[in-house]
Amino acid sequence: MTVTSLDNRAEHLLRELAPQVLGALIRRFRDFAASEDAVQEALLAAAVQWPRDGVPDNPRAWLIQIASRRRTDHLRSELARRRRESVAALEVDLEVAPVAGGDDGSDPDDTLILLFMCCHSALTPSSAIALTLRAVGGLTTAEIASAFLVPESTMAQRISRAKQGIRTSGVPFRLPTDQERVERLASVLHVLYLIFNEGYTSTAGPDLQRNELSRLAIRLTRAVHQQLPDDGEAAGLLALMLLTDARRAARTGSHGELIPLTKQDRTLWDQQDIAEGVALISATLSRGSVGAYQLQAAVAAVHDEAPRAEDTDWPQILALYGLLERMSDNPMVTLNRAIAAAMVHGPAAGLELLHALADDTRLRGHHRLDAVRAHLLELAGDYAGAIAHYRRAAGRTTNIPERDYLLTQAARLGEIAD
Amino acid sequence: MKYMLMMNAPGGGPYRIAEWPQQDIEAHMAFMRRFGTELADGGELVAAEGLAGPDQAKLVRAGRNGVPVTDGIFPEAKEFLAGYWIVDVDSPARAYAIAARASAAPGPGGAPLNLPIEVRQVMSGPPEELT
Repeated sequence: MTVTSLDNRAEHLLRELAPQVLGALIRRFRDFAASEDAVQEALLAAAVQWPRDGVPDNPRAWLIQIASRRRTDHLRSELARRRRESVAALEVDLEVAPVAGGDDGSDPDDTLILLFMCCHSALTPSSAIALTLRAVGGLTTAEIASAFLVPESTMAQRISRAKQGIRTSGVPFRLPTDQERVERLASVLHVLYLIFNEGYTSTAGPDLQRNELSRLAIRLTRAVHQQLPDDGEAAGLLALMLLTDARRAARTGSHGELIPLTKQDRTLWDQQDIAEGVALISATLSRGSVGAYQLQAAVAAVHDEAPRAEDTDWPQILALYGLLERMSDNPMVTLNRAIAAAMVHGPAAGLELLHALADDTRLRGHHRLDAVRAHLLELAGDYAGAIAHYRRAAGRTTNIPERDYLLTQAARLGEIAD
Repeated sequence: MKYMLMMNAPGGGPYRIAEWPQQDIEAHMAFMRRFGTELADGGELVAAEGLAGPDQAKLVRAGRNGVPVTDGIFPEAKEFLAGYWIVDVDSPARAYAIAARASAAPGPGGAPLNLPIEVRQVMSGPPEELT
Protein backbone atom coordinates (compact mmCIF):
# COMPACT_ATOMS: atom_id res chain seq x y z
CA MET A 1 0.00 0.00 0.00
CA THR A 2 1.28 3.50 -0.79
CA VAL A 3 0.42 7.03 0.18
CA THR A 4 -1.41 7.48 -3.11
CA SER A 5 -4.37 5.55 -1.74
CA LEU A 6 -5.01 8.34 0.74
CA ASP A 7 -7.21 11.23 -0.24
CA ASN A 8 -5.47 14.49 -1.12
CA ARG A 9 -6.20 16.14 2.18
CA ALA A 10 -4.70 13.32 4.25
CA GLU A 11 -1.69 13.11 1.94
CA HIS A 12 -1.13 16.84 2.25
CA LEU A 13 -1.43 16.51 6.01
CA LEU A 14 1.18 13.73 6.12
CA ARG A 15 3.64 15.82 4.11
CA GLU A 16 3.05 18.80 6.35
CA LEU A 17 3.55 16.73 9.50
CA ALA A 18 6.51 14.59 8.37
CA PRO A 19 9.24 17.16 9.20
CA GLN A 20 7.62 18.02 12.53
CA VAL A 21 7.46 14.36 13.50
CA LEU A 22 11.05 13.87 12.38
CA GLY A 23 12.09 16.89 14.41
CA ALA A 24 10.45 15.49 17.52
CA LEU A 25 12.15 12.11 16.98
CA ILE A 26 15.61 13.61 16.49
CA ARG A 27 15.07 15.77 19.57
CA ARG A 28 14.34 12.60 21.53
CA PHE A 29 16.65 9.99 19.98
CA ARG A 30 19.34 12.23 18.39
CA ASP A 31 20.23 9.82 15.57
CA PHE A 32 19.10 11.43 12.29
CA ALA A 33 19.19 8.35 10.05
CA ALA A 34 17.45 6.03 12.52
CA SER A 35 14.83 8.65 13.32
CA GLU A 36 14.15 9.17 9.64
CA ASP A 37 13.65 5.44 9.12
CA ALA A 38 11.22 5.33 12.05
CA VAL A 39 9.26 8.29 10.64
CA GLN A 40 9.02 6.59 7.25
CA GLU A 41 7.59 3.51 8.97
CA ALA A 42 5.06 5.66 10.82
CA LEU A 43 4.02 7.38 7.57
CA LEU A 44 3.55 4.00 5.97
CA ALA A 45 1.45 2.86 8.92
CA ALA A 46 -0.69 6.00 8.53
CA ALA A 47 -1.12 5.30 4.83
CA VAL A 48 -2.44 1.84 5.71
CA GLN A 49 -4.55 2.66 8.76
CA TRP A 50 -6.01 6.11 8.14
CA PRO A 51 -8.05 5.21 5.06
CA ARG A 52 -9.48 2.27 7.06
CA ASP A 53 -9.94 3.80 10.53
CA GLY A 54 -10.13 7.50 9.73
CA VAL A 55 -7.61 10.26 10.52
CA PRO A 56 -6.91 10.36 14.28
CA ASP A 57 -7.92 13.43 16.34
CA ASN A 58 -4.31 14.47 16.86
CA PRO A 59 -2.52 13.11 13.78
CA ARG A 60 0.83 14.61 14.77
CA ALA A 61 0.82 12.98 18.20
CA TRP A 62 -0.30 9.70 16.58
CA LEU A 63 2.62 9.75 14.15
CA ILE A 64 5.15 10.71 16.83
CA GLN A 65 3.90 7.90 19.05
CA ILE A 66 4.10 5.27 16.31
CA ALA A 67 7.51 6.47 15.14
CA SER A 68 8.85 6.55 18.72
CA ARG A 69 7.58 3.00 19.28
CA ARG A 70 9.30 1.79 16.14
CA ARG A 71 12.53 3.51 17.13
CA THR A 72 12.28 2.01 20.61
CA ASP A 73 11.65 -1.46 19.15
CA HIS A 74 14.77 -1.11 17.00
CA LEU A 75 16.78 0.07 19.99
CA ARG A 76 15.52 -2.91 22.05
CA SER A 77 16.64 -5.39 19.44
CA GLU A 78 19.97 -3.61 19.13
CA LEU A 79 20.22 -3.81 22.89
CA ALA A 80 19.48 -7.52 22.92
CA ARG A 81 22.21 -8.06 20.38
CA ARG A 82 24.76 -6.15 22.34
CA ARG A 83 23.70 -7.38 25.75
CA ARG A 84 27.23 -8.00 26.92
CA GLU A 85 28.44 -4.57 25.94
CA SER A 86 28.01 -1.45 27.93
CA VAL A 87 24.41 -0.37 27.47
CA ALA A 88 24.16 2.62 29.74
CA ALA A 89 23.91 5.09 26.89
CA LEU A 90 21.18 3.15 25.13
CA GLU A 91 19.16 2.73 28.32
CA VAL A 92 18.92 6.47 28.66
CA ASP A 93 17.46 6.62 25.15
CA LEU A 94 14.91 3.95 26.00
CA GLU A 95 13.22 6.01 28.68
CA VAL A 96 10.67 7.48 26.34
CA ALA A 97 8.04 9.59 28.00
CA PRO A 98 4.48 8.65 26.99
CA VAL A 99 3.00 11.08 24.52
CA ALA A 100 0.51 13.35 26.28
CA GLY A 101 -2.41 15.06 24.55
CA GLY A 102 -1.17 18.58 23.87
CA ASP A 103 2.56 18.28 24.44
CA ASP A 104 3.76 15.81 21.82
CA GLY A 105 7.40 16.86 21.98
CA SER A 106 7.41 18.69 18.67
CA ASP A 107 8.20 22.33 18.23
CA PRO A 108 7.13 24.84 15.56
CA ASP A 109 10.82 25.52 14.87
CA ASP A 110 11.46 21.86 14.01
CA THR A 111 10.80 22.23 10.28
CA LEU A 112 13.28 25.09 10.15
CA ILE A 113 15.92 23.22 12.20
CA LEU A 114 15.54 20.23 9.87
CA LEU A 115 16.04 22.50 6.86
CA PHE A 116 19.19 23.90 8.42
CA MET A 117 20.46 20.32 8.90
CA CYS A 118 19.56 19.05 5.42
CA CYS A 119 20.95 22.10 3.61
CA HIS A 120 24.22 22.14 5.53
CA SER A 121 27.17 23.29 3.44
CA ALA A 122 29.02 20.06 4.32
CA LEU A 123 26.74 18.32 1.79
CA THR A 124 26.99 18.63 -1.99
CA PRO A 125 24.03 20.42 -3.61
CA SER A 126 22.59 17.22 -5.09
CA SER A 127 22.78 15.45 -1.69
CA ALA A 128 21.22 18.41 0.10
CA ILE A 129 18.40 18.58 -2.44
CA ALA A 130 17.64 14.86 -2.17
CA LEU A 131 17.71 14.86 1.62
CA THR A 132 15.56 17.99 1.88
CA LEU A 133 12.92 16.54 -0.43
CA ARG A 134 12.83 13.34 1.55
CA ALA A 135 13.16 14.53 5.17
CA VAL A 136 11.43 17.91 4.98
CA GLY A 137 9.35 17.66 1.82
CA GLY A 138 7.95 14.24 2.71
CA LEU A 139 8.52 12.80 -0.79
CA THR A 140 9.29 9.11 -1.13
CA THR A 141 12.65 8.00 -2.51
CA ALA A 142 10.84 6.69 -5.61
CA GLU A 143 9.20 10.07 -6.20
CA ILE A 144 12.52 11.91 -5.88
CA ALA A 145 14.26 9.41 -8.16
CA SER A 146 11.59 9.78 -10.78
CA ALA A 147 11.70 13.59 -10.60
CA PHE A 148 15.45 13.53 -11.31
CA LEU A 149 15.29 10.60 -13.76
CA VAL A 150 17.72 8.38 -11.90
CA PRO A 151 17.11 4.82 -10.64
CA GLU A 152 15.50 4.52 -7.23
CA SER A 153 18.48 2.56 -5.86
CA THR A 154 20.84 5.38 -6.88
CA MET A 155 18.66 7.97 -5.16
CA ALA A 156 18.42 5.76 -2.06
CA GLN A 157 22.23 5.64 -1.90
CA ARG A 158 22.48 9.39 -2.39
CA ILE A 159 20.07 9.99 0.50
CA SER A 160 21.80 7.48 2.72
CA ARG A 161 25.18 9.10 2.06
CA ALA A 162 23.71 12.50 2.81
CA LYS A 163 22.54 11.20 6.19
CA GLN A 164 26.03 9.85 6.84
CA GLY A 165 27.39 13.27 5.91
CA ILE A 166 25.19 14.86 8.55
CA ARG A 167 26.27 12.30 11.13
CA THR A 168 29.99 12.79 10.48
CA SER A 169 29.75 16.57 10.34
CA GLY A 170 28.17 16.46 13.81
CA VAL A 171 25.62 19.22 13.16
CA PRO A 172 23.60 19.55 16.37
CA PHE A 173 19.79 19.55 16.22
CA ARG A 174 19.23 23.18 17.13
CA LEU A 175 18.75 26.51 15.44
CA PRO A 176 22.04 28.12 14.37
CA THR A 177 23.44 30.85 16.57
CA ASP A 178 23.17 34.47 15.43
CA GLN A 179 26.73 34.37 14.11
CA GLU A 180 26.11 31.22 12.05
CA ARG A 181 22.68 32.21 10.87
CA VAL A 182 23.39 34.39 7.83
CA GLU A 183 25.63 31.81 6.17
CA ARG A 184 23.45 28.82 7.12
CA LEU A 185 20.28 30.54 5.97
CA ALA A 186 21.96 31.38 2.65
CA SER A 187 22.59 27.62 2.14
CA VAL A 188 18.95 26.82 2.94
CA LEU A 189 17.61 29.44 0.54
CA HIS A 190 20.03 28.31 -2.17
CA VAL A 191 18.87 24.67 -1.92
CA LEU A 192 15.21 25.75 -2.01
CA TYR A 193 16.01 27.93 -5.04
CA LEU A 194 17.63 24.94 -6.80
CA ILE A 195 14.61 22.73 -6.05
CA PHE A 196 12.28 25.39 -7.42
CA ASN A 197 14.38 25.78 -10.58
CA GLU A 198 14.57 22.04 -11.12
CA GLY A 199 10.77 21.98 -11.07
CA TYR A 200 10.35 25.13 -13.11
CA THR A 201 13.02 25.05 -15.78
CA SER A 202 13.86 21.38 -16.16
CA THR A 203 12.22 19.76 -19.11
CA ALA A 204 12.88 16.22 -17.91
CA GLY A 205 10.18 14.23 -16.17
CA PRO A 206 6.41 14.50 -16.27
CA ASP A 207 4.84 18.00 -16.06
CA LEU A 208 2.81 17.15 -13.00
CA GLN A 209 5.85 16.12 -11.03
CA ARG A 210 7.87 19.18 -11.96
CA ASN A 211 4.96 21.37 -10.97
CA GLU A 212 4.90 19.57 -7.65
CA LEU A 213 8.63 20.19 -7.04
CA SER A 214 8.14 23.92 -7.55
CA ARG A 215 5.07 23.98 -5.34
CA LEU A 216 6.98 22.11 -2.66
CA ALA A 217 9.86 24.61 -2.85
CA ILE A 218 7.31 27.41 -2.48
CA ARG A 219 5.71 25.69 0.52
CA LEU A 220 9.06 25.22 2.29
CA THR A 221 10.19 28.76 1.50
CA ARG A 222 6.88 30.01 2.87
CA ALA A 223 7.56 28.05 6.06
CA VAL A 224 11.01 29.68 6.37
CA HIS A 225 9.46 33.11 5.76
CA GLN A 226 6.82 32.50 8.44
CA GLN A 227 9.45 31.48 10.96
CA LEU A 228 11.76 34.37 10.04
CA PRO A 229 9.36 37.13 8.90
CA ASP A 230 12.01 39.84 9.30
CA ASP A 231 14.50 38.20 6.95
CA GLY A 232 14.38 40.13 3.67
CA GLU A 233 16.03 37.43 1.55
CA ALA A 234 13.62 34.67 2.68
CA ALA A 235 10.73 37.00 1.77
CA GLY A 236 12.50 37.93 -1.49
CA LEU A 237 12.99 34.31 -2.51
CA LEU A 238 9.35 33.48 -1.77
CA ALA A 239 8.25 36.46 -3.88
CA LEU A 240 10.65 35.49 -6.69
CA MET A 241 9.23 31.95 -6.77
CA LEU A 242 5.61 33.14 -6.79
CA LEU A 243 6.25 35.75 -9.49
CA THR A 244 8.13 33.23 -11.65
CA ASP A 245 5.76 30.30 -11.12
CA ALA A 246 2.85 32.59 -12.06
CA ARG A 247 4.07 32.41 -15.68
CA ARG A 248 4.34 28.61 -15.80
CA ALA A 249 1.29 27.95 -18.00
CA ALA A 250 2.42 30.48 -20.61
CA ARG A 251 6.06 29.46 -20.69
CA THR A 252 5.82 26.46 -23.02
CA GLY A 253 3.67 25.69 -26.03
CA SER A 254 1.51 22.63 -26.57
CA HIS A 255 4.49 20.54 -27.72
CA GLY A 256 6.80 21.64 -24.91
CA GLU A 257 8.52 24.31 -27.02
CA LEU A 258 9.84 27.33 -25.12
CA ILE A 259 8.01 30.62 -25.51
CA PRO A 260 10.05 33.73 -24.62
CA LEU A 261 8.63 36.21 -22.12
CA THR A 262 7.85 38.80 -24.80
CA LYS A 263 5.71 36.33 -26.80
CA GLN A 264 3.81 34.71 -23.91
CA ASP A 265 0.02 34.85 -23.65
CA ARG A 266 -0.20 36.98 -20.53
CA THR A 267 -3.84 36.07 -19.90
CA LEU A 268 -2.47 32.66 -18.82
CA TRP A 269 -0.43 34.21 -16.02
CA ASP A 270 -1.68 33.42 -12.51
CA GLN A 271 -2.93 36.76 -11.16
CA GLN A 272 -3.31 35.48 -7.60
CA ASP A 273 0.36 34.46 -7.40
CA ILE A 274 1.36 37.78 -8.98
CA ALA A 275 -0.71 39.79 -6.48
CA GLU A 276 0.82 37.91 -3.54
CA GLY A 277 4.36 38.17 -4.92
CA VAL A 278 4.07 41.89 -5.68
CA ALA A 279 2.63 42.67 -2.24
CA LEU A 280 5.37 40.65 -0.57
CA ILE A 281 8.28 42.19 -2.47
CA SER A 282 6.89 45.73 -2.14
CA ALA A 283 6.59 45.34 1.64
CA THR A 284 10.07 43.81 1.87
CA LEU A 285 11.87 46.38 -0.27
CA SER A 286 10.37 49.24 1.71
CA ARG A 287 12.16 47.93 4.80
CA GLY A 288 15.69 48.44 3.39
CA SER A 289 18.65 45.97 3.48
CA VAL A 290 18.21 44.76 -0.08
CA GLY A 291 19.56 41.35 -1.22
CA ALA A 292 19.96 39.45 -4.49
CA TYR A 293 16.73 37.43 -4.24
CA GLN A 294 14.78 40.60 -3.49
CA LEU A 295 16.21 42.36 -6.55
CA GLN A 296 15.45 39.40 -8.80
CA ALA A 297 11.92 39.32 -7.39
CA ALA A 298 11.60 43.04 -8.13
CA VAL A 299 12.62 42.41 -11.77
CA ALA A 300 10.08 39.57 -12.02
CA ALA A 301 7.41 41.88 -10.54
CA VAL A 302 8.10 44.56 -13.18
CA HIS A 303 7.66 41.95 -15.95
CA ASP A 304 4.53 40.49 -14.35
CA GLU A 305 2.88 43.88 -13.91
CA ALA A 306 3.11 44.80 -17.62
CA PRO A 307 -0.19 43.96 -19.37
CA ARG A 308 1.66 43.70 -22.72
CA ALA A 309 5.35 43.10 -23.48
CA GLU A 310 5.65 46.61 -24.94
CA ASP A 311 4.39 48.09 -21.65
CA THR A 312 7.39 46.69 -19.75
CA ASP A 313 9.15 49.30 -17.62
CA TRP A 314 12.64 48.56 -19.00
CA PRO A 315 14.33 51.60 -17.37
CA GLN A 316 13.35 50.23 -13.98
CA ILE A 317 14.61 46.75 -14.88
CA LEU A 318 17.90 48.28 -16.08
CA ALA A 319 18.27 50.08 -12.77
CA LEU A 320 17.52 46.91 -10.78
CA TYR A 321 20.10 44.87 -12.73
CA GLY A 322 22.60 47.70 -12.11
CA LEU A 323 22.07 47.28 -8.36
CA LEU A 324 22.24 43.51 -8.61
CA GLU A 325 25.48 43.68 -10.60
CA ARG A 326 27.13 45.83 -7.96
CA MET A 327 26.05 43.33 -5.30
CA SER A 328 26.88 39.99 -6.88
CA ASP A 329 29.68 40.19 -9.49
CA ASN A 330 27.93 37.56 -11.60
CA PRO A 331 28.44 37.74 -15.39
CA MET A 332 24.92 36.30 -15.89
CA VAL A 333 23.56 39.47 -14.29
CA THR A 334 25.58 41.56 -16.74
CA LEU A 335 24.06 39.57 -19.62
CA ASN A 336 20.57 40.42 -18.35
CA ARG A 337 21.58 44.05 -17.88
CA ALA A 338 22.80 44.11 -21.50
CA ILE A 339 19.31 43.07 -22.67
CA ALA A 340 17.69 45.75 -20.50
CA ALA A 341 20.19 48.35 -21.76
CA ALA A 342 19.35 47.40 -25.35
CA MET A 343 15.64 47.86 -24.64
CA VAL A 344 16.21 51.30 -23.06
CA HIS A 345 19.09 52.78 -25.08
CA GLY A 346 19.10 50.61 -28.24
CA PRO A 347 20.99 47.47 -29.24
CA ALA A 348 24.38 49.20 -29.55
CA ALA A 349 24.36 49.97 -25.82
CA GLY A 350 23.65 46.31 -25.04
CA LEU A 351 26.37 45.04 -27.39
CA GLU A 352 28.79 47.49 -25.78
CA LEU A 353 28.18 45.79 -22.42
CA LEU A 354 28.79 42.36 -23.96
CA HIS A 355 32.24 43.43 -25.17
CA ALA A 356 33.23 43.93 -21.56
CA LEU A 357 32.32 40.27 -20.89
CA ALA A 358 34.40 38.83 -23.75
CA ASP A 359 37.37 38.10 -21.47
CA ASP A 360 35.35 36.73 -18.54
CA THR A 361 36.57 33.16 -18.08
CA ARG A 362 33.38 32.20 -16.22
CA LEU A 363 31.41 32.66 -19.44
CA ARG A 364 33.91 31.02 -21.80
CA GLY A 365 32.06 28.55 -24.00
CA HIS A 366 28.76 29.30 -22.29
CA HIS A 367 25.83 29.36 -24.70
CA ARG A 368 24.06 32.21 -22.94
CA LEU A 369 26.60 34.82 -24.08
CA ASP A 370 26.09 33.77 -27.71
CA ALA A 371 22.30 33.66 -27.30
CA VAL A 372 22.14 37.19 -25.91
CA ARG A 373 24.56 38.51 -28.54
CA ALA A 374 22.45 36.88 -31.27
CA HIS A 375 19.30 38.51 -29.87
CA LEU A 376 20.95 41.96 -29.75
CA LEU A 377 22.47 41.62 -33.23
CA GLU A 378 19.01 40.74 -34.52
CA LEU A 379 17.60 43.90 -32.89
CA ALA A 380 20.42 45.85 -34.56
CA GLY A 381 19.46 44.40 -37.96
CA ASP A 382 22.67 42.36 -38.38
CA TYR A 383 20.93 39.14 -39.40
CA ALA A 384 24.04 37.32 -40.62
CA GLY A 385 25.79 37.95 -37.31
CA ALA A 386 22.66 36.98 -35.36
CA ILE A 387 22.31 33.69 -37.27
CA ALA A 388 25.94 32.76 -36.59
CA HIS A 389 25.55 33.39 -32.85
CA TYR A 390 22.16 31.65 -32.58
CA ARG A 391 23.75 28.58 -34.18
CA ARG A 392 26.77 28.73 -31.91
CA ALA A 393 24.53 29.02 -28.86
CA ALA A 394 22.47 26.05 -30.11
CA GLY A 395 25.63 23.96 -30.30
CA ARG A 396 26.56 24.81 -26.72
CA THR A 397 23.33 24.54 -24.75
CA THR A 398 22.64 21.38 -22.74
CA ASN A 399 18.86 21.67 -22.97
CA ILE A 400 16.88 20.26 -25.89
CA PRO A 401 13.92 22.71 -25.99
CA GLU A 402 16.37 25.59 -25.73
CA ARG A 403 18.47 24.19 -28.58
CA ASP A 404 15.31 23.80 -30.67
CA TYR A 405 14.34 27.40 -29.90
CA LEU A 406 17.77 28.74 -30.87
CA LEU A 407 17.92 26.72 -34.11
CA THR A 408 14.42 27.94 -35.01
CA GLN A 409 15.50 31.55 -34.45
CA ALA A 410 18.47 31.07 -36.80
CA ALA A 411 16.27 29.45 -39.45
CA ARG A 412 13.62 32.19 -39.16
CA LEU A 413 16.22 34.93 -39.68
CA GLY A 414 17.71 32.97 -42.57
CA GLU A 415 14.39 33.09 -44.39
CA ILE A 416 13.94 36.82 -43.76
CA ALA A 417 17.49 37.51 -44.96
CA ASP A 418 17.04 35.53 -48.20
CA MET B 1 24.28 17.13 -14.45
CA LYS B 2 24.36 13.92 -16.38
CA TYR B 3 27.19 12.63 -18.53
CA MET B 4 27.55 9.63 -20.80
CA LEU B 5 30.95 7.98 -20.60
CA MET B 6 31.65 5.90 -23.68
CA MET B 7 34.45 3.39 -23.70
CA ASN B 8 35.82 3.00 -27.18
CA ALA B 9 38.01 0.04 -28.00
CA PRO B 10 40.23 -0.06 -31.07
CA GLY B 11 39.36 -3.15 -33.11
CA GLY B 12 42.89 -4.51 -33.43
CA GLY B 13 44.16 -2.99 -30.17
CA PRO B 14 44.80 -4.23 -26.65
CA TYR B 15 41.10 -4.71 -25.89
CA ARG B 16 40.99 -8.08 -27.70
CA ILE B 17 39.99 -9.44 -24.37
CA ALA B 18 39.33 -12.98 -25.62
CA GLU B 19 43.05 -13.39 -26.25
CA TRP B 20 44.15 -12.40 -22.71
CA PRO B 21 45.27 -14.93 -20.10
CA GLN B 22 42.44 -16.06 -17.83
CA GLN B 23 43.86 -14.29 -14.80
CA ASP B 24 43.91 -10.94 -16.62
CA ILE B 25 40.37 -11.39 -17.94
CA GLU B 26 39.15 -12.14 -14.44
CA ALA B 27 40.96 -9.15 -12.98
CA HIS B 28 39.46 -6.91 -15.66
CA MET B 29 35.93 -8.16 -15.05
CA ALA B 30 36.30 -7.89 -11.28
CA PHE B 31 37.43 -4.30 -11.75
CA MET B 32 34.41 -3.48 -13.91
CA ARG B 33 31.98 -5.03 -11.43
CA ARG B 34 33.57 -3.18 -8.51
CA PHE B 35 33.59 0.06 -10.49
CA GLY B 36 29.84 -0.24 -11.21
CA THR B 37 29.07 -1.04 -7.57
CA GLU B 38 31.09 1.97 -6.40
CA LEU B 39 29.21 4.31 -8.72
CA ALA B 40 25.88 2.90 -7.56
CA ASP B 41 26.83 3.11 -3.88
CA GLY B 42 27.95 6.69 -4.38
CA GLY B 43 24.50 7.61 -5.67
CA GLU B 44 25.89 8.65 -9.06
CA LEU B 45 25.03 5.78 -11.40
CA VAL B 46 22.10 6.29 -13.78
CA ALA B 47 22.74 3.43 -16.19
CA ALA B 48 25.53 1.23 -17.50
CA GLU B 49 25.66 -1.36 -20.26
CA GLY B 50 28.34 -3.40 -21.92
CA LEU B 51 27.77 -4.05 -25.62
CA ALA B 52 28.15 -7.32 -27.48
CA GLY B 53 31.17 -7.60 -29.75
CA PRO B 54 31.32 -5.86 -33.11
CA ASP B 55 31.38 -9.10 -35.12
CA GLN B 56 27.60 -9.35 -34.74
CA ALA B 57 26.91 -5.66 -35.25
CA LYS B 58 24.91 -4.44 -38.22
CA LEU B 59 24.41 -1.07 -39.81
CA VAL B 60 20.72 -0.61 -40.60
CA ARG B 61 19.14 1.86 -43.02
CA ALA B 62 15.54 2.22 -44.15
CA GLY B 63 15.14 0.96 -47.71
CA ARG B 64 12.13 1.29 -49.97
CA ASN B 65 8.89 1.53 -47.92
CA GLY B 66 10.91 1.66 -44.74
CA VAL B 67 12.06 -1.95 -44.98
CA PRO B 68 15.30 -2.43 -42.99
CA VAL B 69 18.41 -2.95 -45.10
CA THR B 70 21.30 -4.31 -43.09
CA ASP B 71 24.93 -3.82 -43.86
CA GLY B 72 27.39 -6.50 -42.92
CA ILE B 73 30.18 -7.01 -40.51
CA PHE B 74 32.65 -4.28 -39.60
CA PRO B 75 36.30 -4.53 -40.61
CA GLU B 76 38.60 -5.79 -37.85
CA ALA B 77 40.52 -2.57 -37.52
CA LYS B 78 37.51 -0.33 -36.91
CA GLU B 79 37.15 1.27 -33.47
CA PHE B 80 33.97 0.23 -31.69
CA LEU B 81 31.89 1.17 -28.67
CA ALA B 82 32.49 -1.45 -25.97
CA GLY B 83 30.11 -0.05 -23.37
CA TYR B 84 28.91 3.05 -21.59
CA TRP B 85 28.00 4.52 -18.23
CA ILE B 86 25.58 7.37 -17.57
CA VAL B 87 26.38 9.20 -14.34
CA ASP B 88 24.65 12.03 -12.51
CA VAL B 89 27.32 14.21 -10.87
CA ASP B 90 27.78 17.66 -9.34
CA SER B 91 30.49 18.90 -11.72
CA PRO B 92 32.21 18.19 -15.05
CA ALA B 93 35.43 17.58 -13.09
CA ARG B 94 33.77 14.70 -11.26
CA ALA B 95 32.65 13.15 -14.57
CA TYR B 96 36.24 13.37 -15.86
CA ALA B 97 37.56 11.76 -12.67
CA ILE B 98 35.15 8.83 -13.12
CA ALA B 99 36.16 8.51 -16.77
CA ALA B 100 39.84 8.39 -15.80
CA ARG B 101 39.08 5.56 -13.37
CA ALA B 102 37.35 3.61 -16.14
CA SER B 103 40.20 4.32 -18.52
CA ALA B 104 42.67 2.78 -16.05
CA ALA B 105 40.86 -0.59 -16.08
CA PRO B 106 43.48 -3.35 -15.95
CA GLY B 107 44.46 -5.08 -19.18
CA PRO B 108 47.05 -7.75 -20.04
CA GLY B 109 49.50 -8.27 -17.20
CA GLY B 110 47.37 -6.06 -14.97
CA ALA B 111 48.70 -2.89 -16.62
CA PRO B 112 46.16 -0.05 -17.04
CA LEU B 113 44.57 -0.08 -20.50
CA ASN B 114 44.26 3.72 -20.66
CA LEU B 115 41.53 3.38 -23.27
CA PRO B 116 40.00 6.66 -24.47
CA ILE B 117 36.72 7.41 -22.73
CA GLU B 118 34.50 9.84 -24.60
CA VAL B 119 32.65 12.09 -22.13
CA ARG B 120 29.48 13.74 -23.43
CA GLN B 121 26.99 15.79 -21.47
CA VAL B 122 23.40 14.54 -21.63
CA MET B 123 20.97 17.23 -22.79
CA SER B 124 19.23 17.55 -19.45
CA GLY B 125 20.46 20.93 -18.23
CA PRO B 126 17.98 23.64 -17.28
CA PRO B 127 17.24 26.27 -19.92
CA GLU B 128 17.79 29.94 -19.13
CA GLU B 129 14.80 32.17 -18.77
CA LEU B 130 14.33 33.78 -22.18
CA THR B 131 13.55 37.45 -22.45
